[in-house]
Amino acid sequence: MTAALRFDPIRLPAECVELRKQVRAFLAEEIAAGTFSPFKPNREDTDVPEFSRKVGARGWLGMTWPKKYGGHERSFLERYVVTEEMRVANAPTRRFFVADRQSGPVLLKYAPEHIKMDILPRICRGEICFAIGMSEPNSGSDLFAAKTRATKTDGGYLINGTKIWTSSAHIADYMIAIFRTSPPTKENRRHGLTQFLVKMKQPGIKVNPIGQITGQYEFNEVVFTDHFIPDDHVLGEIDGAWKQATSELAYERSGPERFLETYYVLTELVRAVGTSPDTRSAEGIGRLVAQLHTMRRMSVSVAGMLQAGKEPVVEASIVKDIGTVWEQQLPHRVRDLAAFVDETATNRETLEQQLSFAIKTAPKLTIQGGTTEVLRGIIARGLGLR
Amino acid sequence: MAESENIVVETAEKIFADLADAQTVNNDKKGEWKAPLWQALSEAGLPLAWVAEEFGGSGASLAEGFGVLGAAGRFAIAVPLAETMLAGWLLAQAKISSPEGEMTVAPASPKDRITLNADGSLSGRARGVPFAKAAKHIAVLASGNGGFSIALVDAAKVRVEAGLNLGGDHSDTVSFDHVQPLAIKPAPKGVDQTTLMLMGGVARSLQIAGALESMLEISVRYSNERVAFEKKISKFQAVQHNLAKLAGESAAALAAATSAADAIANAKSFDDAVFLEAVSAKIRCSEAAEKGGGIAHQVHGAIGFTIEHILHRYTLRALAWRDDFGSESYWAVELGKLVAARGADELWPLVASR
Repeated sequence: MTAALRFDPIRLPAECVELRKQVRAFLAEEIAAGTFSPFKPNREDTDVPEFSRKVGARGWLGMTWPKKYGGHERSFLERYVVTEEMRVANAPTRRFFVADRQSGPVLLKYAPEHIKMDILPRICRGEICFAIGMSEPNSGSDLFAAKTRATKTDGGYLINGTKIWTSSAHIADYMIAIFRTSPPTKENRRHGLTQFLVKMKQPGIKVNPIGQITGQYEFNEVVFTDHFIPDDHVLGEIDGAWKQATSELAYERSGPERFLETYYVLTELVRAVGTSPDTRSAEGIGRLVAQLHTMRRMSVSVAGMLQAGKEPVVEASIVKDIGTVWEQQLPHRVRDLAAFVDETATNRETLEQQLSFAIKTAPKLTIQGGTTEVLRGIIARGLGLR
Repeated sequence: MAESENIVVETAEKIFADLADAQTVNNDKKGEWKAPLWQALSEAGLPLAWVAEEFGGSGASLAEGFGVLGAAGRFAIAVPLAETMLAGWLLAQAKISSPEGEMTVAPASPKDRITLNADGSLSGRARGVPFAKAAKHIAVLASGNGGFSIALVDAAKVRVEAGLNLGGDHSDTVSFDHVQPLAIKPAPKGVDQTTLMLMGGVARSLQIAGALESMLEISVRYSNERVAFEKKISKFQAVQHNLAKLAGESAAALAAATSAADAIANAKSFDDAVFLEAVSAKIRCSEAAEKGGGIAHQVHGAIGFTIEHILHRYTLRALAWRDDFGSESYWAVELGKLVAARGADELWPLVASR
């Protein structure tokens, strides 16, 4: 068996306490100003550029990045606090969330200096939005089956093919995508894909929105037709994207967004049952809170390991597996518990509207960003079973 | 974990490995392993780890003691180590010296009460007291005189109705009928029945988490050895995914239990945040015992259901430990009431308090 799983009890340092107060005060101001409502996760306008710029101005984007790129050289645990407070408040983070969590760190590691100097400060200011181009019509979980071609041409590459399920592509300024630069080899089927920085809103890129069962349009089909990407937009090793993908996963998979997506229904349930709940409601709420608390402590523990420079890929996969299954079941459990809530509860309508949206959201939670099946495969590999 | 914590835990692990190997214990129908194990633990100062030297103990830290309990869970230790540690801790709260030998604590359920009579004697009944039959002394938390008292009682002075828990360990009903304690002092401010239940509950959570770590390890090992349909069963995706779920349950239990232990070890008082940590650990570890233990058995098939196989030493004890110091259902109700009383908008600040 491989080394034991680790989830050391991390205590958030003192600077996080002060930071949390600042974030809460900021969010309260924005709510009061009508920028967004914490009770409405199903709003249409999840892209709020002005809010994004304000978050950047507060210094809460690129928090862990070097100062010379506009970052703030703060800890992963501080970033964690900002992320969870935004998520719990249902703040409109769409414009900056992917860039801050994922795309920025990829650029930091693999982009040439002049591109870092150009793009990273703009992410930190909350000005630009990123998308991630992974899935294709016939390759989702099986990432390395991607076929969209990048063909070498003078000074760069010509891209032809289609990406799909690409969240935020319709508003994104950039995409980080993998394209095929060589065929796979017999020895390594993962060989032949290269990571690229794509500038969106350019000739040869067509974005077609795809409606979701929630009624929202947040993912898209992105069609590339002889789209030109210059040589300096290659990120990392040609044909070697597979070596670069795994280290990102610990960042992508262990954050508070992996169990808080439907959290709002729990808050509203507590409001609906009032201060003296019956035994059934009390037990149901108690179990949900204990489970939530445990996942958060696991997630904070992984953030602590990231801060310590480790790559807890298996632990992160466990957090996402347990967290997404929990947030998927949460609206159904809340619905069960709300069945006997007093008809006159003042927030009855809010709770019902939220439940309707959360139940429709639920199926995607164990699919996006690595399915449950893929995660369990990674965990099994970590256990020495594959 | 600090260096010194590792040394205490490593000492315990070495004793467990030498004298409480699961297969040896399982083969020994007469229980001859118990006396040498207890002697070695006593010589190392582990049963009275949480008692200062001036009160007869070895003066280890709370964190060190919690580490020992996790290790005890990994070996499914079936002598009253956790119970004696808790008893010593309780007595030390009132500066009562601990005697040598096995001890346990009463009450061991949040619903039972032992009362202090006007004549200084104790009355009441405590059910599900672990290892009462093996204990020479009982540390008692009694209510009366407008507060709580902590007492040391000679186990020969109480009536013990023997019972066994799911794991086959003693879980007895202890009746106090005007029993005069050997020593009794008022409990200090902040130590009440809830405090004792939370300490006991975190001890059990650490033991369950340790047992789950071992269930995962022996299940993975077995799946890599057992061949069916001409391949190792670890190569079947259904088995892999089951083991991945067991790893998740083990991880959740470990994270919840060690977080609660860390919270208590660093707490100034048992406030709402510590309450959340401690009861969440008991709730989540109990749930993991059910889900994780079920998977461990499923992976093992029929062989894991035999009395000869060691698996049940972990799975049944983990299930049994759910019942001590308040079950997960009991604490879920209490936590739900607390959350509701604080109000909806105070839920997140509570969860994010650490």
